[in-house]
Amino acid sequence: MPALDLLGGALSALGQANFPSVDQDYLLEARQMQALSLGVHIPLVCFGISFPAIVLFVEGLYLRTGDPVYHQLAKRWSKVMLILFAVGVVTGTILSFELGLLWPEWMAKFGDVFGIAFALEGVSFFVEAIFISIYVYGWDRLSSKTHFKMGIPIVITGFTGSMMVIAVNGWMNQPTGFTLRDGEVVDVQPFAALFNSNLWHELIHMYLAGFIVSGFIVAGVYALARLRGRRDRYHRVALIVPLTVACLATPVQLLVGDWAARTVAENQPTKLAAFEGLDETTKGAGLTLGGVYVDGETYLGITIPDLLSLLAFHDPNATVQGLDAVPESDRPPVGPVRNAFTAMVMIGSALAALAAVYLFVWFRRWRLPRSKWFYRAVVIAGPLSVVALISGWIATEVGRQPWIVYEVMRTSEAVTGADGIPIGYATVAVVYLTLAAVVVWLLRRLARQPVERELPAEVGR
Amino acid sequence: MTVDLVTAVLVIGVTAYAVLGGADFGAGFWDLTAGGAQRGARVRGLVKRSMGPVWEANHVWLIFVLVIFWTGFPEAFGAVMSTLYVPLFAAAVGIILRGVAFAVRGEAATIREARGFGATFALSSVLVPFFFGATIGAIASGQVPAPPGGGDPIDSWTNATSLYIGVLAVATGAYLAAVFMAADAVRAGLPDLIRAFRARALGAAAVTGALAIGGILVVREDAPDLYDGLTSGAGLVAVIGSVIAGSVTAALLWRGRFGPARFTSAVAVGAVIVGFALALSPDLLPGVLSLDQAAAGDDTLIPLLACVVIAVVILVPSLTLLYRLTLRGTLDTEFRPIVAADREERP
Repeated sequence: MPALDLLGGALSALGQANFPSVDQDYLLEARQMQALSLGVHIPLVCFGISFPAIVLFVEGLYLRTGDPVYHQLAKRWSKVMLILFAVGVVTGTILSFELGLLWPEWMAKFGDVFGIAFALEGVSFFVEAIFISIYVYGWDRLSSKTHFKMGIPIVITGFTGSMMVIAVNGWMNQPTGFTLRDGEVVDVQPFAALFNSNLWHELIHMYLAGFIVSGFIVAGVYALARLRGRRDRYHRVALIVPLTVACLATPVQLLVGDWAARTVAENQPTKLAAFEGLDETTKGAGLTLGGVYVDGETYLGITIPDLLSLLAFHDPNATVQGLDAVPESDRPPVGPVRNAFTAMVMIGSALAALAAVYLFVWFRRWRLPRSKWFYRAVVIAGPLSVVALISGWIATEVGRQPWIVYEVMRTSEAVTGADGIPIGYATVAVVYLTLAAVVVWLLRRLARQPVERELPAEVGR
Repeated sequence: MTVDLVTAVLVIGVTAYAVLGGADFGAGFWDLTAGGAQRGARVRGLVKRSMGPVWEANHVWLIFVLVIFWTGFPEAFGAVMSTLYVPLFAAAVGIILRGVAFAVRGEAATIREARGFGATFALSSVLVPFFFGATIGAIASGQVPAPPGGGDPIDSWTNATSLYIGVLAVATGAYLAAVFMAADAVRAGLPDLIRAFRARALGAAAVTGALAIGGILVVREDAPDLYDGLTSGAGLVAVIGSVIAGSVTAALLWRGRFGPARFTSAVAVGAVIVGFALALSPDLLPGVLSLDQAAAGDDTLIPLLACVVIAVVILVPSLTLLYRLTLRGTLDTEFRPIVAADREERP
């Protein structure tokens, strides 16, 4: 396996510390196990950070208008929110364990550098868990205004929690806030580590992704219902709210994506080269749109001259560093990175086009699009947005390889010496497959329950 | 000084998780042992009703413990994870199964579904505290070698002390759950369940008490240093405190005063954990790594303590609100026995 050879490759002489590494035959499996666990958790996070805001918005409409349809909708959605949160709680717990179980050397060396971020994330998560219970179990038990207020902390902590986790990820890609002296981590400045230069663009990028993913998925459910002929007011509102949210967020995401790419170009030129499959350092580098990258060649792509230089540095003649600038042992596996990046960009652009259609019809004609094809597109937009989300994370995280702490510690130096990794990996895979089946089954069952259950009851019974 | 404070925070976190999270696992134990689908229906109904609004918040204490551990004592965390990955991984998988099974069991519509989810929930509720207990036992009995590298993945947690603490953790959770749910049954006005959980609480108190006393002998044989720590000085004081709180709880249970029994039972369990910490002190990994050696520098510990202060300021009122609403019954769902083919009303 070339990726494994790449990762297990000899240390280069770039001046980073040489941490002792254990013999681990299953490094790739360990990485895949971590990736699988993240891949399951991240879509749930999207709902965790954005869905409460959407639910609360609908409840706010109820408070303003007293229209029971809004109450029904917010209450129904809040149940979905609770189930997804519960699943997110446990998949997130697995992640905390895996950080230690799979990468103990990383935690031992750097736990004190980035730990503060996780501590603050823990606080956010705690508050979120408390208020989500009060909110969901408190329907019609608390006064409407109090109930609405109980939802506000959920929205805030969803944001701050994701901010802290992303701070750690930003730090892994741009480690700051410590000094290495003879292989020892000294002079730790946790807050400098937390507020690294990757934090803001990654955070905004992910936050918007949350609204896009949950918006399109929820809208997709009701677009399907509309295609099947359900056009009552309840279904109409349930379609318009998430669809509008997703369609407003998608165009903005393109701009934030550009900002993110420029930061990568500046801070992690090797990663950018992997995004674009750029082998050699090039002045006035072209950008290849689309295509599939196999063994060093891009097939079916359209190359536009100078565009990469223009996008990355806002100068068509700028020099873009290629993969050849670093030794082979310091390069990420280009295939998955380049293909994942392309997938994200293509899907993101397609979603933006869909959003443009919707926003145009909505603001020009003040109605919903009539074409069945529009609603079919919305139905597949949900799953596609998840593919884009995961692809984006693959691009940035596999693009970080072979480093766990960029240019400081290699993933191979962080991994556990445990030899049971394949067993653990298989177990997690089986559990998550089952879990996925159960969640889908459950949400379908919930969707079949009559909406009348969600009518407002008298408060204080 | 900072090390002592962070240690105290860690011990508080472990105690809170052992009491609150432990009670949720214990509820799963009573679900497992409630008997057939018809006979156990009412017990299972109360388990679900009691856990529903609080289990997620209770679970977060585990995350809190992990974070404080790896931030405050990164080297020890790495060593523990390198050695005890088998029980920890098993516990983590159990946590997924339990959480999901609990969240979805209310949606079960057929006998088979209800049994499947119920069994998964209940079985993993027993396994998770066992593996966590075994992990604590392994750390306390000095099974984790000095970093880097790890100890034996199996032998490290299958010594007598580890297995014993694992069993004790299951029993403790069942004991707490029975006490808490007896009180919940009073609030719900369900006399048959008050009787059922009073009997369970008294039985569990007897079993846990006997285990605690019998276990001392196991520890004396298997981990003499730990035994010495528990039977002298501050460790002994904590153990005696636990015995007193346990006896008071038994008396309160006998007289049917379940509200105060909630607190005394929690004290009885908490005192044991504090006793363990005192017995180990000043070591974190006995004979290998002291708390001072394992701790991160003040550059990290001071901001960490600042975070804890922020956490206290935000969390204490939030948790107070949650538990007040819960104990007042505001968040209660209608009591419904969990019988097969009955889909419970969700909130």
